[in-house]
Amino acid sequence: MIKKNTPKERRIILKNADDPHYSNKIGCYLREGGYSMLKKSFKMKPEEIGEEVLKSGVRGRGGAGFPAGMKWKFLDRKSGKPIYLICNADESEPGTFKDRQIIHKDPHQLIEGMMIAAYAIQAKQAFIYIRAEFFEGARILETAIAEAKAKGFCGDHILGGDFSCDLVVHRGAGAYICGEETGLIESLEGKRPNPRIKPPYFPAVLGLYQCPTIVNNVETLCNVKHIMEMGGEAFSKIGKPNNTGTRIWCVSGQVKKPGYYEFECGALTLGEMIYDVCGGLLPGRSLQAVIPGGSSSKILRADERFSGKLKDGTEFDWGVEDIPLDFDGPMAAGTMSGSGGIIVMDDTVDMVEAMANINAFYAHESCGQCTPCREGSLWMRKITQRMCDGGAREEDADLLLSVANQIEGRTICAFGEAAAWPTQSFIAKFRDHFVDKAKNPERKKSSLQLI
Amino acid sequence: MKLSEETIQKIDALIPKYPEKRSAALMIIHLVQDELGAIDLEACEWIAEKLELQPINIQELITFYPMLREKPWGKKHIRVCRTLPCALRGSYATCQALEKKLGVKEGHVREDGEYSIEFMECLADCGEGPVVMVDEETYENIDSDKAEELADLLTSGKLEKSKKFISYENALVEEPVQKATSSSKSSK
Repeated sequence: MIKKNTPKERRIILKNADDPHYSNKIGCYLREGGYSMLKKSFKMKPEEIGEEVLKSGVRGRGGAGFPAGMKWKFLDRKSGKPIYLICNADESEPGTFKDRQIIHKDPHQLIEGMMIAAYAIQAKQAFIYIRAEFFEGARILETAIAEAKAKGFCGDHILGGDFSCDLVVHRGAGAYICGEETGLIESLEGKRPNPRIKPPYFPAVLGLYQCPTIVNNVETLCNVKHIMEMGGEAFSKIGKPNNTGTRIWCVSGQVKKPGYYEFECGALTLGEMIYDVCGGLLPGRSLQAVIPGGSSSKILRADERFSGKLKDGTEFDWGVEDIPLDFDGPMAAGTMSGSGGIIVMDDTVDMVEAMANINAFYAHESCGQCTPCREGSLWMRKITQRMCDGGAREEDADLLLSVANQIEGRTICAFGEAAAWPTQSFIAKFRDHFVDKAKNPERKKSSLQLI
Repeated sequence: MKLSEETIQKIDALIPKYPEKRSAALMIIHLVQDELGAIDLEACEWIAEKLELQPINIQELITFYPMLREKPWGKKHIRVCRTLPCALRGSYATCQALEKKLGVKEGHVREDGEYSIEFMECLADCGEGPVVMVDEETYENIDSDKAEELADLLTSGKLEKSKKFISYENALVEEPVQKATSSSKSSK
């Protein structure tokens, strides 16, 4: 028998997080060399830090995967208005729980990353927008900020120099839409989090209080510290070109060992993640579907095949198990790696109920600003709910698809797509399940209730 | 409406942290709601005045955000995650077990005001689902059997002292000991 090497984790962001000898107190962080990168960075010019981040090629970890260095470049520095930095810690994409680990177990890493970023963009003030369900997380951050302030790593005259930047923890109140950066900004201004239209409201130009603002994810900001430690050039060699650094993948659903695993980008395939790292499926079950990047990303059917040409010209012919875990791999397979939340579903899952569950989420979370999204997400919920309640009709698949198609591209923010993509992909790949529901309305005995 | 001196002090310390007063709205609502359990019209008007806003500017927040309340939840509020990753591990059964044990339907407060259950959207702990929160504490891997156990601990007043199902956050040591060698680290 050929012995297969299980891919090994490479922990950069979560290096210390699960060490039993490590805590979220500043003493531990300093013992591990914490805040030395802050000292190093403050000896450099702010632009030089931005250059390193650009060179590193680090892409945003929040979902869209936009290069962080580029985002910083877009910053309007000429207007003379104050610049703000916001950390998006509103982690709320179903299937994602990586930021929770960082905030609870290693908050100083985030603070150091944020203060380096704040210096690099010359921010006047920084905020951490944290979801309100992280009660303990918010308290941990408050404590950590107080500790950092007492040591001069944050707040007034950082490290005794001229640069000052206060850091404020701001709690949301349970709305998914606050994870959208312009919605988050509205929320932070004390308003309803209705996202703003782009253009003109690109945060880097017209953000918080109509001032230039950078909004970055927790994991992205932590990466800034490591980029300064190893240099942008060296960081860009981790992972693959255009997919640099490590990523924390969050696996949930029906695998033996769900959890969060940090790997170099592209170091393993989806199959290796499910079968080798997470111990495979429960006994006697087989894979039916995977949602690779949080519930908004398009679903993959276990027996699908993908072929085509990658950006660099190499041809590929993949099964679901062969998709490399990075940014571009899932993209080539017609979906996305999003925020890294991999949801695994085995053969017992009733796909119509899974769809109904997801639709209920989006109907609940639509901010209601744009009609196609507000009404469409509600109707998709109602239709799938009716299907699961015994009222399925054969034409429902087409009806759902027509509603979803009328949301996509017709909304101010990407929530419209996030709500439409699941329905479009479920119908495209599991149409027979939806048609069959009309003939066999009962849930199978082996299936869990999902709605 | 009566707010404690402590809460008012916290509120007054909070406002200057923001470049614009209105930004403090959510955080103030949280503080007031923590003390009063909900934001009624009087509280709304009080907060609005504090921030030099109209009451509708506060009211529109209360009616939008799922975690802000016009009427209080029960003395103990239980949140169960409903979204797909938790549902795939049995959160519907978890919620039903809690409803039965505590004698209250999700979305409601028990008649005596003791308990309320909310079947809510993703709590961002999908790897340890089903996830249940009791007030501010997170409990992980609560299948329907464990939900019954949890409800028993809760109703007998023993849940707070019990280390069962407790989330990792509290397991962290206050001031950890210096580790012997860096190679002795466990990876997870």
